[in-house]
Amino acid sequence: MANLSVGDVLALARLARLELNEQELKQAIVELNSILGYVEQLGDVDIKNDKPTIQVTGLKNVMREDKVIDYQASPDDLLKNVPSQEGRYINTKRVIE
Amino acid sequence: MGVWQPINEIAKNVEAGKASAVDLVTKALKIIDEKKEYKAIIAKTEKRALKRAKEVDTKVSKGESVGRLAGVPFVAKDNFLAFGADTTAASNILKGFEAPYQATAIEKLEAEGAICVAKANLDAFAHGSSTENSDFFTTLNPADKTKVPGGSSGGSAAAVMLDMAPFALGTDTGGSIRLPASFCGAVGLKPTYGLVSRSGVIAMASSTDVIGPLTKTVEDTALVLDVMAGKDELDSTTIERDKQPYTDLEVNKKPIIGVIKEYMGDGVDGDVKKSVSKSIEQFRKKGYQVKEVGLPYTDLALACYYILCPAEISSNLARYDGQRFGFSDKNAKNLLESYEMSRTKGFGAEAKRRIMIGTYVLTSGYYDAYYKRAQIVRTKIINDFENAFSQVDFLVSPTAPVTAFKIGEKASDDPLAMYLMDSMTIAVSLAGNPAISVPIQESDDMPVGLQIVARKNRDRELLSFAKELEGTK
Repeated sequence: MANLSVGDVLALARLARLELNEQELKQAIVELNSILGYVEQLGDVDIKNDKPTIQVTGLKNVMREDKVIDYQASPDDLLKNVPSQEGRYINTKRVIE
Repeated sequence: MGVWQPINEIAKNVEAGKASAVDLVTKALKIIDEKKEYKAIIAKTEKRALKRAKEVDTKVSKGESVGRLAGVPFVAKDNFLAFGADTTAASNILKGFEAPYQATAIEKLEAEGAICVAKANLDAFAHGSSTENSDFFTTLNPADKTKVPGGSSGGSAAAVMLDMAPFALGTDTGGSIRLPASFCGAVGLKPTYGLVSRSGVIAMASSTDVIGPLTKTVEDTALVLDVMAGKDELDSTTIERDKQPYTDLEVNKKPIIGVIKEYMGDGVDGDVKKSVSKSIEQFRKKGYQVKEVGLPYTDLALACYYILCPAEISSNLARYDGQRFGFSDKNAKNLLESYEMSRTKGFGAEAKRRIMIGTYVLTSGYYDAYYKRAQIVRTKIINDFENAFSQVDFLVSPTAPVTAFKIGEKASDDPLAMYLMDSMTIAVSLAGNPAISVPIQESDDMPVGLQIVARKNRDRELLSFAKELEGTK
């Protein structure tokens, strides 16, 4: 039975790049344990003789010609959704302090 | 006759100059305004729609060809990238996002003269079964305003039933077209996985995401599918389409019908079961052979899906980091804070929940126990369907265990109550087969949907059979 602790959920949130306030943390522990408890029923299935399914189309190594497709979108169009920019560069925060 | 003629007739009349695209678009926009209270729509694409309608009418006046969907208005779920309005996926993190290009499905429809008039509400990022997870508002069920329309394509299903347009586009990852179709009384098709390009559609769980139409009739659905189907260089998961048009709806021989035993059990509402049983009786009367068929691993489908789907979601939603597009919290001091603060404020509760589960099941140390194991169980679920289809041509079941529920009724502390709404649609999503929800006899004035599942790539046969059923309603 899944039994995630406060520390586990905080570590998980950190990995997922999410912050949880106290109320959300409490709720997340209950919900995640409930959902993980539910999915643990798969643990009883005999899986020795089956292979995993990754996709269902059966397609393999789909290739196409390496050519330019004209989307009729200019670089400026693509940049209009950028939260912060300088000229045609995207601004982000410092990585290293 | 309803507000809208059959789609092919609308287009023919536009082509012949008997109807004007501008009038049709104006009519759609007017109905959208009149029925605002249902909150089916996030935004209209009015300006662009009217401009395109004028272009269609001008072409007609010059005698140029205008396409098979000339002047036909439609509504797209707001997780389709489309021009003319923001594309938000009903999420705060994408508020104000202007699509720099359009989804292939929209491009294909526009190439045939169809005109997108509005973007429909959904559970944010398509995570949900009721539209209650929309970061903006909940859509009301056209049959009863106190009830949910189902989800996640609830805005699309409601829009069609409210006559806002002759068809709407939805996406279905675990039942998100079929469930709202069932709750609202629409026809909703989940095509074979890979048949319709997903380029330009905001990804949820890529291994089961599909695109499909919601309409009032099977014939309309077939025509929309026929325009959208086929390989697309922009989506390498697309498959070859049928050479024969999907609009050739003919049943050549009497198919054998399999009733899915597990989906007619105790978990199903008595009245829903009664409606479905009546439909099954109709098949018998028509001379179809009807059998009971078991899918022994189907009870595990929900558990399997709630590992695989969050895993794929956590990966697909990693791109929302507040740097290149979407909401970005300006108060962050460094890059890590920028990621965390932007995502924390931008994502709703359900997206966060699924990201966390997905992150957990993909963590090294748990990967084999959860993710890989679920992928193997998926194989067993697929084998179930293959075995069933060695005995029968179509599988039938209720689309959902209940009719539409009250707004707020399942928004409890336990997210599993909501997840159970998809218990009859999820296995099919994992297997990749085509399935359709068709409205059958109502229960207490609320719509009930019958789910029909076909062999992979037999979308045309599925539609043909669904049309037969429609005739007996």
